[in-house]
Amino acid sequence: MARLIRMDQAGHTTLAEWTAGDDAAVEAAVAAFREQLDAGYYAVVSSGEGHAEQVRELPLEADLVILRRPIAGG
Amino acid sequence: MAGAAAPILPETATVYWRPRLDAARLRRRGRIWTLTTIAHTIPFLATAALLLALEPLSFPVAAVAVVHAWGIPALYANRGANVVRPRPRAAAAPERVAAGLLGDLLGHEARALHAGTGLALECGRLGTWLVGEAGALLVRPGGRRVDCWCVKVDADLPSGDRTAHLLLALREDEQGFATVANLAFSGAARRVRRRLPAAMRPALDAARARA
Repeated sequence: MARLIRMDQAGHTTLAEWTAGDDAAVEAAVAAFREQLDAGYYAVVSSGEGHAEQVRELPLEADLVILRRPIAGG
Repeated sequence: MAGAAAPILPETATVYWRPRLDAARLRRRGRIWTLTTIAHTIPFLATAALLLALEPLSFPVAAVAVVHAWGIPALYANRGANVVRPRPRAAAAPERVAAGLLGDLLGHEARALHAGTGLALECGRLGTWLVGEAGALLVRPGGRRVDCWCVKVDADLPSGDRTAHLLLALREDEQGFATVANLAFSGAARRVRRRLPAAMRPALDAARARA
């Protein structure tokens, strides 16, 4: 089952879970995804060591989509 | 990690005036940093030499000048090491959850190194990175020079999540990550190593071995 998680004060929170055939779950995941992007989060799919890709549409085939806050120089 | 078709880290838009950092710009910045350090040091050493030449009894004042010449580069190196010093912890449960997620993002070797040192090792095109909670060290190829970058996520998060934020951004776009980050120090790896907490030194040794 694929997951959409957000890194937050709790460590991380699972916002949605879906499987390819479950239309209702996919719809809920897409809605949660868009809501978080509108709130200023960036969505990232990590594909192993050294590789990560920012996504602007929920990749339904991904196992894990991580939402992160913007970074800035300290 | 970064190339012509590679995506651009969105945070680079917040520092639009900075040219995108590549290997050549990084080398140039390193040379400028070294020249600046020399420019800070030479006047004190010259003053000490002049004082001794004019009046040997001025030795105490000359000694103070030499201490300044030694101290300024040391302060810069200390500032560099500080970028990866651990920050205050969150509660135990969030820390555990965040550490689990970060562990999932790391390979076996990097996970073990992070557990022992608090730094996540990541190989890039610019060199070998050690990612901490509020900064990162870049060990240049060859392992002799280290660039210390101050970069963080502005949110109240467990330490593992702070590191994971930086790690993911680095993996998205290495050059963009270095463009967004602020350079706190660039110089000899041995100078940074001396000023790192003892527990973190094995991570720098591992990164130097990889670089």
